[in-house]
Amino acid sequence: MTGPRIELLLAAIGAAALVLAAWTTPWLKFVLTIALAKGIATLGILLLLRAGQVSFGHALYVAVSAYAVAFLAPALPDTLLLLPIGAAAAMALGTLIGLFVSRYREIFFGMLNLALSMVFYSVLEKFYHYTRGTDGIRVPPLTVLGQGLGREAYEWAMFGTALGLAVLFGLFARLYLASPMGQALSGIKTRETRLDFMGVSPRRVLLAAYVLSALMAGCAGAIIAMTTRHVTPLLSYWTASGELVFIAILGGAGGVLGPFLGAVAYELVRVYAAATVADMWQMILGAVLLLVILFAPGGLWGVAAAAMRRAR
Amino acid sequence: MGDWFAENGPLLGLALLDGIASAALIFMVAVGLNLVFGVLRILNVAHGSLFAIGAYAAASIGLFLGSAGLPAWASLPALLLSAVLVGVVLGPVVERLLLRRIYGQEPVLQLLVTFALFMILEDAQKLLWGVQPVSWSAPVSLMGTVDVPFGADVIPYNTYQVILLPAVAVVTLLGLALFLRRTLTGRVIVAVTADREAATAMGIDARRVFLLTFTFGAVLAALGGALSAPTSSLVPGIGASTIVLSFAVVATAGLGQIEGAALTALLIGLGRSIAVTFAPEFEVVIPYLIMVAVLLVRPQGLFGVAETRRV
Repeated sequence: MTGPRIELLLAAIGAAALVLAAWTTPWLKFVLTIALAKGIATLGILLLLRAGQVSFGHALYVAVSAYAVAFLAPALPDTLLLLPIGAAAAMALGTLIGLFVSRYREIFFGMLNLALSMVFYSVLEKFYHYTRGTDGIRVPPLTVLGQGLGREAYEWAMFGTALGLAVLFGLFARLYLASPMGQALSGIKTRETRLDFMGVSPRRVLLAAYVLSALMAGCAGAIIAMTTRHVTPLLSYWTASGELVFIAILGGAGGVLGPFLGAVAYELVRVYAAATVADMWQMILGAVLLLVILFAPGGLWGVAAAAMRRAR
Repeated sequence: MGDWFAENGPLLGLALLDGIASAALIFMVAVGLNLVFGVLRILNVAHGSLFAIGAYAAASIGLFLGSAGLPAWASLPALLLSAVLVGVVLGPVVERLLLRRIYGQEPVLQLLVTFALFMILEDAQKLLWGVQPVSWSAPVSLMGTVDVPFGADVIPYNTYQVILLPAVAVVTLLGLALFLRRTLTGRVIVAVTADREAATAMGIDARRVFLLTFTFGAVLAALGGALSAPTSSLVPGIGASTIVLSFAVVATAGLGQIEGAALTALLIGLGRSIAVTFAPEFEVVIPYLIMVAVLLVRPQGLFGVAETRRV
């Protein structure tokens, strides 16, 4: 079998394993839904990494969408209305900010994103009157396609939405990275002046990827808001952005399965370990991040791919 | 205008003094960040954590000396001591163990490594000092207040914040300028900044310069933190807000600009304190609005020089 077909097969096996896990262990449904959502957001980070850029502020788009869902839920209490609205809000803001940050590379790109997300965090925290500050906002019970569902059915609906979107975005990202726009992203990383000479605008190439990454983060934010049914400013804090970068590097930036592999591994460990080592969680993440960067730059996906090559 | 001034004059004066005090602190951090970037070509995301650790260390040492019954004036040397201690211990460890592995590698990798260090140090500081606010204001009360004339009014203000902090910042700025231009070590640093290969070819040990510069930058960050410790109570998260704010200053001034960073720190410090006084909700937004406005017009920063592109 050729490489791409193995990847598709692995994706199908992975999706089936997730459904099985959610079915046999009901409480895992919630964890896996969040993991899939974070995987979708990390897929956006992966697009930017292809261009050699890292954003320390993408939690901004997760939070914008989540707050859009929380604000509009009382008026429009249906998931299939709220999801596109949240994603569109994130995408709109991503376009606006992208027009600005796509002029910058590397340090400036990373740090400007961090700065803007921290501004948004402070705004959420300070404008208590509208956002209820650190208390956050509760999302009322929602309907799915107009149907009021029980708890169990609602959780399945959210899990299914997350899985469906993960598959769609995964396929889309594969096609996108193979397309001329995706290939040009790698061109930004190696030497973007060459793109200029070919008549391709690196800024537009990066902007397109940035807007897509905002859209993906927005979908993730809407799913998180509708699943946890509670949004707080912490969604946009730098630790949340760091989490996405961590997942991207842990999973590996080599293929579109990396972010989901990384996200599921991350969330499962977090559920078991984070409570016992709450004060050290960031420290452990930082240490693992260092180890992966220095000793296994391909991440989990890279390690798995190398093992498969050896086996053949 | 006259009426507005008569009514809000003292408030404006207070805002200006606040602005100068906070600008002095922001400058201390930004200048270290700038210096390290200029020489190592690495933006140290963990620079803000060094600030926070310097602040906590100063508060701890100060509180310890206080409880040991030492006279109040001892708190000032304690500030200096803790900053030097933090910088000299952490600086070389980080440079030797971590940064040395990533010189000359992809920028995205370097950013990720210092970001990982930032994650580690933020929690290390929570483990060491807990999450409860730590307050230590001995130096501020020790130095009392001074009456600052402002138009027809007289504003009593902390001597510590309005005299000592700006004085330290000015001494740092002048000292650094003299050091870099007049001493041999300083000139070596400038040479490595300008052209590392040529400097190495002339027999300069670039590795030693990197170690020295990073340690010096760490001391500056810790000193900024130590100086800030008596002016506000310390809570987790100051490291994150400090790196973001000092990056805003460095970006607005232009990467690598030291004198420019001083002016920009003043601009942003004043902007923020005026916002605190007259429109408190916008306090956090102002520095970034200034940054974005400047970068839209001059992408290389106010004092930066646009780099030529390589093919």
